Amino acid sequence: MNAHSEESSTYSIPRWRFIVVLVALGLLLGAILVRLIMLHTIDQPFLFEEGEKRVVRAQLETARRGMITDRFGNPLAVSTPVVDIGLHPAQVDLARIPEIARILGQPADAMVRTVREAAAKGRGFIYLDRQVEPDLAKAIAELGIDGIQLQEGFRRFYPAAEVASHVVGIVNIDGQGQEGLELAYDKYLTGKDGKRTVVKDRYGHIVKQVSVDSVAEPGRDITLTIDLRLQYLAYRELMAAVQTHHARSGSAVILDARTSEILAMVNQGAYNPNNRANFVASNMRNRAVADVIEPGSTVKPFTVAAALESGLFQPTTLVDTNPGWVRVRNKTIRDHRNYGVLDLTGIITKSSNVGSRFLAKTIGPQALWKMFSDAGMGQPSGLGFPGESVGVLPFPEQLDELRLATASYGYSIAMSPLQLAQAYTSFTQQGCRKPAYLVAEARREEPCHPVMSEKVARQVLDMMETVTSNVGTASRARVMGYRVGGKTGTAHRVGDHGYEESSYTAVFAGVAPITNPDLVMVVVIDDPQGKEYYGGEVSAPVFGRIMEQALRLRQVPPDNVGKNGLQIAGGAQ
Amino acid sequence: MKDFSRTLSGSSLSGFARSRAWLARLHIDLILLLLLMLQCGVGLLILYSGSGKEMGMVIRQFVHMCIGMTVLFTIAQCPPRLFQMVAPWAYSVAVFLLMCVLLFGTIAKGAQRWLDLPGLPRFQPSEIVKLVLPLTIAWFMSKRPVPPRITDLMIAAVMILVPTALILKQPDLGTSLLICASGVLVLFFSGMSWRLIFTLIAIVAACAPLLWFFVMHDYQKQRVLTFLNPESDPLGTGWNIIQSKTAIGSGGVDGKGYLQGTQSQLEFLPESHTDFIIAVLAEELGLIGVCLLLVLYAAIILRCLILSSRAETLFGRLLAGSLSATFFIYVFVNIGMVSGILPVVGVPLPLVSYGGTSVVSLLSAFGLIMSMSTHKKR
Repeated sequence: MNAHSEESSTYSIPRWRFIVVLVALGLLLGAILVRLIMLHTIDQPFLFEEGEKRVVRAQLETARRGMITDRFGNPLAVSTPVVDIGLHPAQVDLARIPEIARILGQPADAMVRTVREAAAKGRGFIYLDRQVEPDLAKAIAELGIDGIQLQEGFRRFYPAAEVASHVVGIVNIDGQGQEGLELAYDKYLTGKDGKRTVVKDRYGHIVKQVSVDSVAEPGRDITLTIDLRLQYLAYRELMAAVQTHHARSGSAVILDARTSEILAMVNQGAYNPNNRANFVASNMRNRAVADVIEPGSTVKPFTVAAALESGLFQPTTLVDTNPGWVRVRNKTIRDHRNYGVLDLTGIITKSSNVGSRFLAKTIGPQALWKMFSDAGMGQPSGLGFPGESVGVLPFPEQLDELRLATASYGYSIAMSPLQLAQAYTSFTQQGCRKPAYLVAEARREEPCHPVMSEKVARQVLDMMETVTSNVGTASRARVMGYRVGGKTGTAHRVGDHGYEESSYTAVFAGVAPITNPDLVMVVVIDDPQGKEYYGGEVSAPVFGRIMEQALRLRQVPPDNVGKNGLQIAGGAQ
Repeated sequence: MKDFSRTLSGSSLSGFARSRAWLARLHIDLILLLLLMLQCGVGLLILYSGSGKEMGMVIRQFVHMCIGMTVLFTIAQCPPRLFQMVAPWAYSVAVFLLMCVLLFGTIAKGAQRWLDLPGLPRFQPSEIVKLVLPLTIAWFMSKRPVPPRITDLMIAAVMILVPTALILKQPDLGTSLLICASGVLVLFFSGMSWRLIFTLIAIVAACAPLLWFFVMHDYQKQRVLTFLNPESDPLGTGWNIIQSKTAIGSGGVDGKGYLQGTQSQLEFLPESHTDFIIAVLAEELGLIGVCLLLVLYAAIILRCLILSSRAETLFGRLLAGSLSATFFIYVFVNIGMVSGILPVVGVPLPLVSYGGTSVVSLLSAFGLIMSMSTHKKR
């Protein structure tokens, strides 16, 4: 109770009431002071770090991926700058989404719905569209909508599309190699992303740069040995043949006869690497490297070469193939018809299985195996291509009488079309084979691999020319003005239950021009339908058409100029 | 108190003393005026940073302050007797306006607090009540015998509770509690007995659960829950308080430098130009900056209390004392909520937070205090 009893107008607030209020105020002031001091000192390190976490960001600067070009610098894979459009759903004004949708050419209501749903789920960030042209991204940035985030990046573009698809391969949307050389040389092609430490505001805008931790280093370019002109040519002809014969698939490989550089490597079916929507796994196989085929009669030149190397045979040595078949164990080995007595050249010309078997039996499994193995069969090519197959070559001790016989004409062994083409370079490189290669930067200076003597190589080369003569199995591989040699092969396809009766792989391996070989080419057409299925009928014409244009493109001087000008044919005999 | 003021005046220059005397004839207290102008200047500087360097907002706030200063000057000229006469009418008008708000008020940010009257700028009647309620209670108590009788206190309590309830209904829990406090402070200064005070405290404590279950809105309950554990809802209602604590604490003792605060400048701090503006100061100028601001506030309040003790009428003393203490409570509640020792109730930092009505009503309050202390009785 108050002791004062003056009248109200003179009542003075007792001093102690003021003091009570002042003390109370002082206590409250003390409370916030203590609180503030605690926040500013004891909690400061934690809270400071919390604050930094909100604003300091590592900003990645995507490095440009290296370019892949053909041997003349034509681009096969290039990275073009694009922008990913993302947004922070909670910060974006939904009413402005349709403006973005209009620029991106997407339905507005669908985009609004997407953003609204993402915001409802509390998603921090979503992509509206990826790999957008820089012009469109600029237009979106100029809208000035809060919460939009633009990330600069690169998109891989493949100018040669289907034509080089299997060789070059593809990258995924994040620019990592997935197939082909893009995968094999991923590390080499990938640059080093730059990193900067920046301060960003709540809407993701960069406010200032704190430090540059590393500068983006673009990836290195790679140059292929591919000649894009030959690649186009081979692709066109192969595709036409595969379609004409309703074949399952096909491959063609062209090597430089002198250096083993891969000038062209094409397959059917193919895919357009620029259109991700249509990817089918079976079309993405680089069959020239990844698939193995039974080469069939295309290995006979090696059987003959082994026979010549053994010293037991001369090109003119006569072999009796009567009566056109021979029984080995309980199997019958047949020729197409009874060729009677043939010399070694004749065995190649007529593709006599009986004759090959005789040669192999005479020289024995060890000599045959050594020749095949030295030619690269059953050996990795060293190309380093993803999914590359090594093929199958049984060891000599596994070659019993029957398997020795079948191996001599290309059954029970397997190789990729590339391996076959590489083996054929033995003949064009004076018996000493160089490994095939595809990437100029990855070329190793290796000594060549001796396969046969120079003399034998020359002899077999001349024998192979007879195959394209009028009496040979591949007269349709001929090229006007050039002497062409080669060997056909027709193998039964291997199905689920062994060899299939009416399903074939048609192969042709050849060299041109014979005088001074420039190109080695293998054409494989798998499972041609219809009446024609022999290598000489299906693959040899493709070979001829490609070779004719390829030699002209490479300005190879004709070696078959007679008195009356250019001549068709290679009648050496 | 008197010693304090004498020390101040004694140590000042003769020029200062002369202008002080000259202003005193205009019913203006120079010391308080200078302190207020300093506070306004500081407020504008902080606002420039808190608004994200938006000069337009600073200029608008400056205009608000000029208006407020004019009102302060005008009010200071009026003798306390005038306010005593006006008090009951002002109270009636204020309660009427509050009812209007509930009936036709403009809804913004989920609450119905603003009134759009033709010919007047949009304003919050509750800001007027901040002045009118202590004015009315002081008027009422000064006419009653001292110490006040229970019946008088009951009538005064009803007069306090009517506007409190109306504002609570808007809903604006923070303002209603502050207004209630300003009324209760008058009763306290008028000499209500301790027995009564403790009884009231007991009743309020008992009513608190009822308040929780029947009066408070969900969002208000949520704020209290969030206050007790802000990390329980870090993305929703806890966001503000976590962000403000982060901003305050990351400033450290000496701060990151003016305009250099990352949290406030990069918009991580919500409401950085209004209720949470102290966090901007704390981050950029650190503990030192906050302490200097608090010293300034303390000086203002101290000067106000000195002035109120000089008032010659009981009405003047009651009103000035209540207004001074309320001003401090604003400061305390705002800093308390931003630093996380009080729930977020939406009280601006006096003279610093952006907002026209708030600035004008605060400066009017100082006008009242000056009027009460400078006018001679009769």
